Amino acid sequence: MALSTSSNFARPDDAFRAIVEAHRGLTEEQSADFDAALVLILANHIGDIDVLREAIGLAKRRMIDGQQQQQQQQ
Amino acid sequence: MAPANTHQAKTQFGYRRHPDQDRPGQSPAEHPVVIVGAGPVGLSLAIDLAQRGQRVVLLDDADRIGEGSRAICFSKRSLEYWDRLGVADRMVDKGVVWSVGRIFHGESQLYQFNLLPEDGHKRPAFINLQQYYAEAYLVDRIGDLPGIDLRWRNKVTALEQRNDSAVLTIETPEGAYRLHAQYVVACDGARSSLRQMVGAEFAGQVFEDQFLIADVKMTAEFPTERWFWFDPPFHAGRSALLHRQPDDVWRIDLQLNRYADPVVEKKPENVRPRIARMLGHDKFEFEWISLYKFQCRRMDRFIHGRVIFAGDSAHQVSPFGARGANSGLEDAENLSWKLDRVLRGTSPASLLESYHVERSMAADENIRESTRSTDFMAPNSHQEARLRKAVLSLAKETEFGKRMVNGGRLSVPCSYDTPLSSRDADDWRGGPSPGCSMLDAPVAGQGYLTDAFRQGGTDFTLLSFSNGAVLEAPDGVRDIRIGGEGGLADPSGLVAKRYDAEPGAAYLLRPDGYVAARFRHPTREAIASALSRAAGLN
Repeated sequence: MALSTSSNFARPDDAFRAIVEAHRGLTEEQSADFDAALVLILANHIGDIDVLREAIGLAKRRMIDGQQQQQQQQ
Repeated sequence: MAPANTHQAKTQFGYRRHPDQDRPGQSPAEHPVVIVGAGPVGLSLAIDLAQRGQRVVLLDDADRIGEGSRAICFSKRSLEYWDRLGVADRMVDKGVVWSVGRIFHGESQLYQFNLLPEDGHKRPAFINLQQYYAEAYLVDRIGDLPGIDLRWRNKVTALEQRNDSAVLTIETPEGAYRLHAQYVVACDGARSSLRQMVGAEFAGQVFEDQFLIADVKMTAEFPTERWFWFDPPFHAGRSALLHRQPDDVWRIDLQLNRYADPVVEKKPENVRPRIARMLGHDKFEFEWISLYKFQCRRMDRFIHGRVIFAGDSAHQVSPFGARGANSGLEDAENLSWKLDRVLRGTSPASLLESYHVERSMAADENIRESTRSTDFMAPNSHQEARLRKAVLSLAKETEFGKRMVNGGRLSVPCSYDTPLSSRDADDWRGGPSPGCSMLDAPVAGQGYLTDAFRQGGTDFTLLSFSNGAVLEAPDGVRDIRIGGEGGLADPSGLVAKRYDAEPGAAYLLRPDGYVAARFRHPTREAIASALSRAAGLN
């Protein structure tokens, strides 16, 4: 496991808040553009393809879990 | 459309009856190798095999070299191969040498790249040369080699595979005849009829977006560089490419949408305003117009019984990256020495399997690279377009953004993870590792290392760095010694540097210039063992 999932920010609320605030006042379209740029900037900063792939896998599991929940509800 | 051809005279050839056609049908003439298709790949392979002493029959269903510029970018690697075939000087003299590319977004330049930023190489990163010139020079070279029997208007119409040979039925203007071949090499292009005859699939991806190629003749002062635009003002929302060829011909490639009507779009009166918008004038003549969709496909296996596939018949890629003709030439270079050894009986037939292994690996790499370029140019979804937009906008102010912009990744030789390589036993900090292509560097007297490699013949070569002790190459292996008495001087130190070599080190090079093994402290036994592995004798 190359991806760190332990809490790395001394003040995690600040980090979350910074991202939330960056989206304030943006349209849906602008928000999506903003996210795309932010993802690319952070991915390059990490600079490790294995970490990136693990992060993608972790994020993608939300989609799969979401689908399964939907199916169970149906 | 029919281009205004000024080159037709020297590219038209006649059908000639061959005595093989007079033999009774049940006992056809026997030949070691029959190559089908006299394009750049088939012609180069025929020359290579003939230089190795093989007799070759080369068949082509036409009686002329194909029209249109088609492939125009030939890589350093291809030029080094053509050097060995005795045709590179002519190609380079006629061709347009380049190494710089520029990428634009809208009206402004995003960045520029140099594909060969260092000195000390005999051949440039690329030349641009119309495919018809390349083919004409190769056909001329074939005239010097009595071992090649080039038969125009000979169309293969049937194939019969036997245990240890194949029988071809060939249609000519004077009727059909048959030929018996130990090996058939199918270099008959993307629409290969041999591929259909062996019943092989050609699976892959066809991209929906259409691209318009126009080669135009004009006098212009653009530099000899590859210019690529995303969303240029003259062609909003799509991509464009401008690249120089010899004879004041310019390659222009414009992305069209997926619903464009090919018949309408190809009409010169419809192409003209598009090009005029790009150039800002309409003082140009059309040489060639073509409309195409990207395709990325390959055969599952490149060898079917006694039929071996090379070039576009085996794999097809999108053109942004110059990976079509160049990878076909790499196929020829990879296959030739192996087929020669198998025909001589110095290696078992199983050596040919390494052709499939290595070149299908290269095909996968080429397909992967060109698919990525294509997807970047023509995003598949709204989100892909969004990510591309982010990359293009980040490229204006960040280095990482520039490097993510994909306007085509240009052909470089593939590295092979192959059973023919011997793994490094020593520590190396640089230099080409086993499975990589040799690197050029200047040497005193000879010009370049690639010259020394070429001049000694075309067999296995031991490249050694002298430390005073005598290192003898095994039987049948040529010697190139750097430094020491009788060795080649390395005045710039670039040979040692590019090969990360200290005195005493040695590289075993395959006949195609790939590294088979390398040693910091070579022993006779280690070299012999690596040689035997590289020749498929293990």
